[in-house]
Amino acid sequence: MSRIKELFEKKKKELVSIYFTAGFPTVDSTMQILSALQENGTDIVELGMPFSDPLADGPVIQHSSEVAIKNGMNLDLLFEQTKEMRKSISIPIVLMGYLNPLLQYGLDKFLKRAAENGFDALIIPDLPIREYEMQYKPLFEKHGLQNIFLVTPQTNEERVRHIDKISNAFIYLVSSASTTGAKDKFATEQENYFKRIASYKLNNPLLTGFGISNRQTFEQACKYTNGAIIGSAFIKALEKDNNIKSVVSNFIHSIVKEKVA
Amino acid sequence: MNFKPDKYGYYGEFGGAFIPELLHRNVEELQQQYEGIIGDPAFQKEYADLLRDYVGRPTPLYLAKRLSEKYSTNIYLKREDLNHTGAHKINNTIGQILLAKRLGKTRIIAETGAGQHGVATATVCALMNLDCIVYMGEVDIKRQAPNVARMKLLGAKVVPATCGSKTLKDATNEAIRDWINNPEDTHYIIGSVVGPHPYPDMVARFQSVISEEIKKQLLEKTGKENPDVVIACVGGGSNAAGAFYHFLDSPDVKLIGTEAAGMGIDTGHTAATLAIGTPGVIHACKTMLMQDAYGQITEPYSISAGLDYPGIGPLHAHLHGTKRASFLSITDEEAVKAAFLLCRLEGIIPALESSHALAALEKVKFQKHETIVVNLSGRGDKDLETYMNKMNHEQN
Repeated sequence: MSRIKELFEKKKKELVSIYFTAGFPTVDSTMQILSALQENGTDIVELGMPFSDPLADGPVIQHSSEVAIKNGMNLDLLFEQTKEMRKSISIPIVLMGYLNPLLQYGLDKFLKRAAENGFDALIIPDLPIREYEMQYKPLFEKHGLQNIFLVTPQTNEERVRHIDKISNAFIYLVSSASTTGAKDKFATEQENYFKRIASYKLNNPLLTGFGISNRQTFEQACKYTNGAIIGSAFIKALEKDNNIKSVVSNFIHSIVKEKVA
Repeated sequence: MNFKPDKYGYYGEFGGAFIPELLHRNVEELQQQYEGIIGDPAFQKEYADLLRDYVGRPTPLYLAKRLSEKYSTNIYLKREDLNHTGAHKINNTIGQILLAKRLGKTRIIAETGAGQHGVATATVCALMNLDCIVYMGEVDIKRQAPNVARMKLLGAKVVPATCGSKTLKDATNEAIRDWINNPEDTHYIIGSVVGPHPYPDMVARFQSVISEEIKKQLLEKTGKENPDVVIACVGGGSNAAGAFYHFLDSPDVKLIGTEAAGMGIDTGHTAATLAIGTPGVIHACKTMLMQDAYGQITEPYSISAGLDYPGIGPLHAHLHGTKRASFLSITDEEAVKAAFLLCRLEGIIPALESSHALAALEKVKFQKHETIVVNLSGRGDKDLETYMNKMNHEQN
């Protein structure tokens, strides 16, 4: 059974998923942050592969990507740094990034190395379902890597059900029509949207992302979905303090009530 | 050979719609509706009336006698510089604003490089009483100040793009992010034949009025509706797409696009995408683009803000790949020289962008009997400061 499936079998509520950008704040911080996240009870990690033009991201993640690229982060280095990660890291890790760097690297080679290093799935925001199904699906299947799709408030029921059918890990529920970035709370219309999606009783678990920044938004998201993904707020915390261990510990515990692990 | 996109927006291997799910509904709505709306006779009439009475079309096709003498051939200038707002950009914004109204949108966003598309968008928004937000790179805001002032005067809000190279690419990123954040009420008027399907095709259709008129005007003037050569500059490539459009299926018409070489294609300061680029995905479109070994998009450079773009429309990538059109790289210096020449020979001050097309006249040998059409896409008022600096520099 895949690591992601196993996790959702074991734990159905309040899953904490953290996004961070590889190579930020420093080029060597990737593994340190991964280890600290695991130690503090993070359930899933989304590891961002920095891109020069991250269209779906707000200013915080854009900035972290810019810094990471300047720091010298690239796909070869990332695969080198994470070569032995499965010796110490057992939680699922999803690679998240934009399509162009993967095409330039060679999608086949990229997926092969990702699978070899023990990554569990991919999130590629600018690889839409149509293009995925038309051109790239066989490659993902060849390497046994799941592609995770997004659902937004504008996604209609038919399309949500189609996404559910072709997904085999979890569905990424985008909390609102926006680029990534922290928000303080969710409005009623977002709650209604969460309820609408929950009412479909989908086969795949749901994780909510975009705009989760604190305990309040985390708990609201968890009311209707299996957990939440936090990115920008975590990156902001990393920006403020260079002691990775304490930043991660303080951040995770500001989101969840008690130590999960 | 086919130069129309398939139903998914592919010109051969280039095109498509690599959009985040967040834009799916907006883009799908456009994909499903644009052909029906544009094909509607009522739309066509409204569009044609505005082009005639408001934009001032048809624009003249002018036989440039002294320029022709210099190059010993017959050179016609398609005077897109004489359009209202000073460039071809308004052909597209008129079309898209009418489309946006039919889609019930109330808020318009746009990106702009040289500011010509921004001005053309601000203009039609004033005309139609719609909110207008224009994203423009911080660098471009400085070097195209007159157009920034025009947009503000027309009631548009100009928002600086402060990331990356702070030019057209970054302005486009910001406009796409705005659209993601405002999916219900907003229409994004892309200014070139770039972006996700259906934009490259939609913008090419709105610009195709250029070649439609060239055919009619040439027939009147020469008795033949096809020229031997059509020359146009290419950044994203909208004026070239419009000037080439009705000649694409006539292989006897030679098509030449000119890219901005900046300081030279090997200097690292260039925007000549086809000369040094490789296939990839930029702004939701698979096309040729300038990138490093890891697929990070390279910051382009050109003296001309309108050509300062690291990608190119998928139609042009396809025309290049199939060799239906040839593409030349023109340096800053060559473009400025061509601009000065046109000023002195014909009394026309061309935009820096269009000067890249004029510079091709120095590089290609023409026969005495041939008919050459150069698309003069815009006028040079916005570039006076750059021209004056160059002129003073030459005199010193």
